[in-house]
Amino acid sequence: MSDRSELITIHSAGNDTATAPNGAPRHDPQTWDPSVVEDSPLLGHTPAPEHVYPDAAPSTFSVEAYLAEERGKDLLRFSTAGSVDDGKSTLIGRLLYDTQSVYDDQVRSIEGKGTTAPGVLDLALLTDGLRAEREQGITIDVAYRYFATPHRKFIIADTPGHEQYTRNMATGASTADVAIVLVDARKGVLRQSRRHAYITALLGVRNVIVAVNKMDLVDWSEEVFREICEQFRLFFTSLDIGEELTARLHFIPVSALAGDNVVSESQAMPWYDGPTLLALLESLPSSSHSDADAPFRFAVQRITRPNLDFRGFAGQISAGTVRPGDKVRALPSGQSSRIARIVTYGGDLVEATAPLSVTLTLEDEIDISRGDLLVAPEQAPHTTTHFEASLVWMDQAPLDVSRRYLLKQTSRTVQAYVRSLLRTVDLENPDSAAVAESAPVARSLAINSIGMVAIETLLPISLDSYAANRHMGSFILIDAQSNATVAAGMVRRIADEPGAGSPAESTTQAPTDLSGAETNDGAVTLEERSQRWGHVGALLTITASGTFATKAVANSIANLVERTLFERGAFIVRSALSEVAAAGALALTVREQAVGDVQAEARIQLHVQRGETALSQTLAPDPQRALAQALALLTQANILAQEELS
Amino acid sequence: MPELATEVPSSPPAPSSARLSHLALLEAESIHILREVAAEFEKPVMLYSIGKDSSVMLRLAQKAFYPGPIPFPLLHIDTGYKFREMIEFRDAMARSVGAELLVWRNEAALAAGTNPIALDTKRCCGLLKTQALLDGLNHYGFTAAFGGARRDEEKSRAKERIYSFRDKAGQWDPKNQRPELWNLYNARIHPGESIRVFPLSNWTEMDVWQYIYEEDIPVVDLYFARPRPMYLRGDALLPTEQDFVAFPGEEPVLVKSRLRSLGCSPCTGAIRSEADTIPKIIEEILGFRSSERANRVIDHDQDGSMELKKREGYF
Repeated sequence: MSDRSELITIHSAGNDTATAPNGAPRHDPQTWDPSVVEDSPLLGHTPAPEHVYPDAAPSTFSVEAYLAEERGKDLLRFSTAGSVDDGKSTLIGRLLYDTQSVYDDQVRSIEGKGTTAPGVLDLALLTDGLRAEREQGITIDVAYRYFATPHRKFIIADTPGHEQYTRNMATGASTADVAIVLVDARKGVLRQSRRHAYITALLGVRNVIVAVNKMDLVDWSEEVFREICEQFRLFFTSLDIGEELTARLHFIPVSALAGDNVVSESQAMPWYDGPTLLALLESLPSSSHSDADAPFRFAVQRITRPNLDFRGFAGQISAGTVRPGDKVRALPSGQSSRIARIVTYGGDLVEATAPLSVTLTLEDEIDISRGDLLVAPEQAPHTTTHFEASLVWMDQAPLDVSRRYLLKQTSRTVQAYVRSLLRTVDLENPDSAAVAESAPVARSLAINSIGMVAIETLLPISLDSYAANRHMGSFILIDAQSNATVAAGMVRRIADEPGAGSPAESTTQAPTDLSGAETNDGAVTLEERSQRWGHVGALLTITASGTFATKAVANSIANLVERTLFERGAFIVRSALSEVAAAGALALTVREQAVGDVQAEARIQLHVQRGETALSQTLAPDPQRALAQALALLTQANILAQEELS
Repeated sequence: MPELATEVPSSPPAPSSARLSHLALLEAESIHILREVAAEFEKPVMLYSIGKDSSVMLRLAQKAFYPGPIPFPLLHIDTGYKFREMIEFRDAMARSVGAELLVWRNEAALAAGTNPIALDTKRCCGLLKTQALLDGLNHYGFTAAFGGARRDEEKSRAKERIYSFRDKAGQWDPKNQRPELWNLYNARIHPGESIRVFPLSNWTEMDVWQYIYEEDIPVVDLYFARPRPMYLRGDALLPTEQDFVAFPGEEPVLVKSRLRSLGCSPCTGAIRSEADTIPKIIEEILGFRSSERANRVIDHDQDGSMELKKREGYF
C-alpha cells in the first residue's frame, strides 16, 4: 500500500484555475508523478487526465451557466459485455477515471490491491462491488455506473461475461441504447464475444461498438485490428436475429490499460482516424429520440380518482406523442375517445412524448382499468392470444411446455403457455442457428439458454413486435408457484387476426403453423384440453358420513378444492356426470354416505375415478389440510401435473 | 422539461425532436416505479429518512399520484439520535404534503442505553436502524417499502435491483437476485416476504441536487453552511448535538460548516464549507474529491460492510 500511494500526488486545493472535464473547478487534480512514470512499468500507463477537453474549459466557472448547460444534457444508457480476461472492468474503470468520475477515497481504497503490476492502479477494482466477486476476481452481476461529460449523462450497465450469467447480460442489454462488446486483440472473436454480440442484438440494441482491446499487446497492429473487424462483421451478418433487428456496428482499437482511444486519442495508432470510445458514446442517438415519433402507446398503470369529478389514467408513454384532442382507442375493449387533458403536478401539458410519465383524461366515460392500453387508433397494435417470441430462460427449473406461467407485458399480467419450442440457439455458435433449425429440436430450455417459442395467452393481449417497440414487444414469464422471474421474451412474430381490438373475435384463431398435428380436423382433442387446463378428466366424489356437521365440513372442503383448482385454471364443475370427466373436466360432487348407525364415526373421504382407475383417501376435517391431501392424491393419480402443487 | 399549457393552442406545436433532459427521463422512470408499486402491492410504505434523497422521493410521489393524494404512509425509523432540526422538518413536511407519517423506534434498545459509543457503530446500527426497520415493517405488515438509496452511493448498491427482494427475515441475497429487464418488475411475493423498492436507483448525487434546485424542493437547513458548534477531531468536525460524544472537558468551536449527508448526529461528520445556497452546494460537489458517504463512520468498519448490512436487512 505505502509504496503505491507515493506514486499518486494529491495536490491540495489552491488557486488552481484548471477545470475538470465536466466543466467544474478542479480542486484536487490527481496526477502521476512523472519521474516515476518514466522509469517504471508505469510507462505509457496513465496520462494525467486533465487535458481531455482543453477547449471546453472555461477560464472562470459560473454555476448558473453550468446548471443551464445541464438542462440541455440528455441521457445515454449503454451496456458492456465481455469476459473477465477481455479487460471489461478495466475499460469501465478507465472511462470513469479519465472522465474524473471517481473520487479520491474510491481511488485510495483500491491502491495496492488487484492484479496489475506494482504501482499500476487496478482500475477494474473500481467497478467490482460484491464480496464474492472480489474473492473470485470475476463479475457476477450487473453493476450500474454513472458518469457525465459536458455533452451527456451516461448510465453503464456493466454485465458479467461468463456463460452462466447470460441472464444478467440480457438484463443489462434490455435497457441499453448502445452496447460495447470487447474483443481481446490477441485472441480474436471468441465464443464469449459472439455470445455477447448475439444477446445484445437480440435485445434490440441499435448500436454495437466493438472495442478491440489490448492493442498494446499486439504492437498496435492495424493488420490485427482489420482482421478482427472482418471476422466480426462476417459472424454478425450471419446471426439469426430477424432482419428487422438491425444493429449498426462500430469498431475501435483500444487499450483500456494504457487508455488509448478510450477517452484520449491514441498516439500509438496513427493509422486509426476514427473517434475515441467516449467521442462515439457522446454522438450516438439515445433511443428516447426515436420513440417519440413512433405510433402512440400508453399502458395504464393506475386509475387516479381523487373525487367524483376527476378520473385520470396514470401511466408512462411507451411510444409516440400525445396532445389534447387526439383520438385514442382503448385496448382490449376497442372503445374510442379523445384526449381531454394531459395532467401533471407542474400543470397541464400541450404535448407529451415518450417516455414521460403523465396522467391522461378522456372526453368520454369509457371503461378502462390497469393493464389496458391507450393507442393511436390508425396504427393500433395487434390484439391476440398467439405469437412467437425469442425467450431467454433464466431459472434453474427448465421450461415446461405443459405448465402455465404468468406473463407480464406493459402493466398487464395474464396466464400463458409456452405451446412449443420451435428452435433453440446454440450459444456456443450462435451463428449456426440456421443449422439448428433443421436439426432435432431440444425439448426444453435450460437456464441461460435461448430459443424461439410459440406462446398462447389465456386472455388476449395487445402487442407490437419487439423490433417495432421495445416496451410493447417485451415480456417476462413468472412462475406462479415460486414467484421467480423465469424468462424474458421478445415478440418476434404475431399471428395477425382480423377484428383486433375485439376480444371475442381475437381469441378464435391460431396461426396455422403453430397448431401442430393434432388439430387436423378442427376438433379439440383431449390432449389439447389437458395441456390448457393442466389436468386430465376425473370424477371426484367427497363423501361425508356421520353427523350433519360433517356434511357441512365436506362442503367447505369441496368449495376450497374447487376454488383452488379453478384459480389455477382447471376446468372444474360441480357435477356427478362421468361424461363430463370423460371430456377432460374435473367433475366434483359431495355426497352424504348413508350409515345405518347414527353413532358411526364421522368420516370424510375423497374418491377419485380416472377412467378405470379408482383411488380413495380419508380426509382431515380441517379444510386446509384436506385440500393438501386432495391435491396430493390428484397428483399421485397423475391427474394434476406435478408442478401444480405448491 | 415540457412546455406548460396556459391555454389550449389553436395550432399544436410541431412534433418535438424530443430531446428530454436527463432529469426529465429520470423523473419519468421514478414515477413509473412508484405507480407500479402502488398498483401491485397490497400494503406499500415509503421509508422517509428526512434527507435530500427522501425529499426528492417524496416530491416524485406527489407527482406520481397528482391530483390524488399519496396512497401510502411514510415511515420514519427514528434511531433517537437524529438531529432535532431533522425531526422538526420531518413533521412539517408530512403536514404540508398531507401524508400519513408513522415513526418507529427501537425503544427497548434505547432504554437499555444503546448508543454508538457504548456499543460499536456496527452493533448500534444493527439495533437502532436494521432491527427497528425490520420490526417496524413487520408490525404494520408492509409488503413493499420504498427507500431513497441510489446506486452511485456505494459499490454493493450499484448491483442491487430496483425491486430488491427480501426473504421472511428481510434479508437480501445478492447472488440470487431476480432478473430485472426493461421496465417490467416482478412484484409477486409469498406471505411474509417483502420487496424494497428504490425509485432513485439511477440518480446520482448531482442529479438529486440539480432536481432540488430546478423543482425548488425544501431540504433540511443542516445541508447549508452556517456557523455551527463542532468538536474538532483532527480534520473531522463532530456535531455537538449529543452530550455523550464530547471528551471530558472538550469545548466546541464555532465553524462554518454543513452536513453533506444526514445520519445520526454522533456518527455524521460535518464539513467546512461556505456553501449556503443550492447552487453553491452544487459548485462545491463538482469540486469534491471524496464520495458523499465518506463522512459516514458506519460504512467503513470493514471491507464490504454495506453489503453485509444489507444481507442482514438494512436498506
